[in-house]
Amino acid sequence: MVAATALAEIDAHPAAGAALDIEQVSHAFDIDSAELPVLSDVSISVEPGEFVALLGPSGCGKSTLLRLVAGLDKPRSGTLREDEARITRPHPSRVVVFQDPTLFPWRTVWDNVALGLEAQGVLKSQRHCVDAALDLVGLSDFRTAYPHQLSGGMAQRVALARALVNDPKILILDEPLGKLDSLTRISMQAELVSLWQRKGFTTLLVTHDAEEALVLANRVIVFSDRPARVKADIRVDRPYPRHRGDPYLADLRRQILGLLGLDATW
Amino acid sequence: MSTYSLSDGLASGPPRVARAPLLASWVRESGVGILASVAWIAFGLSCLWWEDVGDWSRTHSLGIAALVIAAIALFGTVGADYLGSAGRGLRQRAPWLVALGAFLTLWEVATAKFAWLPLPFFPPPQSIIEVYTDDLPKLLDSVFASVKLQLGGYLIGATVGFLTGVSIGWSRAVGYWVHPVLRFIGPLPATAWLPIAFFTFPSSWSASTFLIALATGFPVTVLTWSGVASVSNAYYDVARTLGAKPSFLVLKVAIPAALPHVFVGLFMGLGSSFAVLVVAEMIGVKAGLGWYLQWAQGWAAYANMYAALIVTSLLCSGAITLLFSIRDRLLVWQKGTVKW
Repeated sequence: MVAATALAEIDAHPAAGAALDIEQVSHAFDIDSAELPVLSDVSISVEPGEFVALLGPSGCGKSTLLRLVAGLDKPRSGTLREDEARITRPHPSRVVVFQDPTLFPWRTVWDNVALGLEAQGVLKSQRHCVDAALDLVGLSDFRTAYPHQLSGGMAQRVALARALVNDPKILILDEPLGKLDSLTRISMQAELVSLWQRKGFTTLLVTHDAEEALVLANRVIVFSDRPARVKADIRVDRPYPRHRGDPYLADLRRQILGLLGLDATW
Repeated sequence: MSTYSLSDGLASGPPRVARAPLLASWVRESGVGILASVAWIAFGLSCLWWEDVGDWSRTHSLGIAALVIAAIALFGTVGADYLGSAGRGLRQRAPWLVALGAFLTLWEVATAKFAWLPLPFFPPPQSIIEVYTDDLPKLLDSVFASVKLQLGGYLIGATVGFLTGVSIGWSRAVGYWVHPVLRFIGPLPATAWLPIAFFTFPSSWSASTFLIALATGFPVTVLTWSGVASVSNAYYDVARTLGAKPSFLVLKVAIPAALPHVFVGLFMGLGSSFAVLVVAEMIGVKAGLGWYLQWAQGWAAYANMYAALIVTSLLCSGAITLLFSIRDRLLVWQKGTVKW
């Protein structure tokens, strides 16, 4: 199979996951000269190679936390560290996949995937990595297509390939499957898990779907309403591939929805 | 085009029934072409039949040429099926050929034959042909001078406008200083500078180049600026997390994303620079199509004026066609662009 050789290609220089330490981070936005707190004293310690899902009510500040981890914004107080090194700016070892694929419409699929290598000035020597990443997400036949010719699921696959080609130590996923139809979603969840298992990067997934969090992650962190605080830190000790009907997961899901104040609707 | 064919007719019933639709489809497909041919025969005959009221040397050759075009229209549309894409194109344009033939006939009759329209203000078609054959060197010199002036001014204006627009859109400091100047000077029609430009610049040619560049530069600057300013932050976020440096953000994110806007600016700049070109040539530069128009009017050579107008129109339209084809090539990634 093509995907297998592609994996071997990328596994030739595997990137192990990095540890991530979020220490007493607080953050706020200034809106009309009033201060709107979004994160309140958040501390999370992530082991290398862990798959952590961040779950919380919509608008609670999960995505803000991801931007801080990515280095796109600086926190008002507290520190973030990647393997002991303080995070102050974006770095290709921490790559984000956003809810919208945000592919560059003027670039072909191949050129979009090549973006990171081109920006870092190493594209010439690593062109084969772009081909391998495209094989990995099964879109080799679309290398010359433009983004407007792709379906939503295909575009998100390209965004994933664009992230993976950089061999990230921490993969940051900001509701990447949020806008996909349920069938594409389920198949991409399985792909995410198998990618994570083979490559060993640390994964941070923001989602508002408790079931998705439980099927994918080995740790689910539940946030409170804004300003976000850590409400619960739940280990999910179940082997992969996980079954959606697993009574253990169903029980956890009930607990989580209870924490989010939704137990009455369950 | 009708999809009715011989086999359809035979399959659908006895030949007696099939013949009528066959004839109908033949008339539908070739009728307009025959009509076009009739219109051009009328034009040819109108040239040859009556005596001219004035002294024009090309009347006879024009009549013959019209008859040749009539023949091409006839055989081209009737035999279109054997001529491939050329035949199909001719059939598609046949209605225009009808209109053109009718217009030329009317023009010929109204001017050269019965002088319903006053001479010399409304010259007949043959006198315009005469300009193209007899005054060709001077006309070509004018075309060359105009193209040179326009191209130089436009390229300077477009380049400066593009660079200014990117700088304003990207840098707050540049925007602080350039924006007020742009607001003050930009909306002023470039032609308002004419009197000053012609005595401050060393030559009328450099003055005109400056004015054309000014007319081009303003829309290009504003549109490039708005293009760069409207680039979604999400693109920058993606590029930054992938390790992009500021130069990469400008060259590989901001500029490509702004290109559709830039081309709108280039298009608008082209339009306003044509106006400046013609006016500058009429007033200061002693060459070019604007000057030719002015000169022809001075000598009451109205046929030369119409001839120069037609050439000017073709050149301007050609320039826009060229710009649009460059755009289509650079912006293949866009959906639904306007066809020119």
